[in-house]
Amino acid sequence: MIAGLQAYLLVGAVLFVCGVICMATKRNGIGVLMGVELVLNGANVNFIAFSKYTALGLDAQIFALFVIVLAAAEAAVALAIALNFYNNHLTIDVDKANRLKG
Amino acid sequence: MNDSNLLGGQLLFAIFALATCLSAVAVVVSQTVVRMAFWLVISLGSTAALFFLADADFIGAAQLIIYVGGTLILLVFGVMLTASSPYLKIKSSPGETIIGGLLGLLFMFAVFSSLQGVEWPAPPTGDSAVTAGSPEGNTLRPLGLALLGARPDLDLHDGDTLSTGYLLPFEIVSVHLLVVLIGAAYLARAKRKSAAPAEGLES
Repeated sequence: MIAGLQAYLLVGAVLFVCGVICMATKRNGIGVLMGVELVLNGANVNFIAFSKYTALGLDAQIFALFVIVLAAAEAAVALAIALNFYNNHLTIDVDKANRLKG
Repeated sequence: MNDSNLLGGQLLFAIFALATCLSAVAVVVSQTVVRMAFWLVISLGSTAALFFLADADFIGAAQLIIYVGGTLILLVFGVMLTASSPYLKIKSSPGETIIGGLLGLLFMFAVFSSLQGVEWPAPPTGDSAVTAGSPEGNTLRPLGLALLGARPDLDLHDGDTLSTGYLLPFEIVSVHLLVVLIGAAYLARAKRKSAAPAEGLES
């Protein structure tokens, strides 16, 4: 069977690895944030796969909901920090971000 | 579920899984932030379709509404507010790209081989907690009850223990979201201290 647990876990693994590479290699601050979103989505795919194919059931879906909400909160705070940093330094290159104070 | 439905489900899964993985790779490869945001929209939307295929309809809808409709709009606003030119490119050096690609391939190989090595438990036979009464994955009512602290899907199965549900984490995450919004508004506020002396000098 193609669309089994293994296939979902493979998709989650691809998302996770892409997110980690994105976080490690992008020098744009917003790009690093997008890598974080990819990693959280890989975790969500795994949660939903375990919800369908194991006895974890509804608990996994509730965890996926909490992951989505916390990802939204994290994106809001990180973007506020990025905007603040851009106001002070006129760049969002993370290599130049060795001083958060303006 | 008859054979044609099963085949259609597998075909849809293959299409959306390919779209998810390829656009995730495209997010890593593309250089400008705007294109990264576009590929991220495709990737997250296809992930929502995968959620729908896995009988998690409410999670898929929440993914579409919150992620694609909320978080990504926020990211695009961040791109627009921090870009000094329309196509801002912050390139990483070729050595970093090669090392990152090699490490990513190694990492992916490690994850894949460990995935193949695990013997997963057999799926529940028929009456799992989610699909007990509704084989099409109508999860809205059980999710809402669980967030309110009631788990009839578990309590009806074994009458000995009452499971607690998720009322306290729901309240905590609600307050957390409020605190985060206040904090984000505080962090991104317009600076007045540095602007006030300049206006004083001008007048």
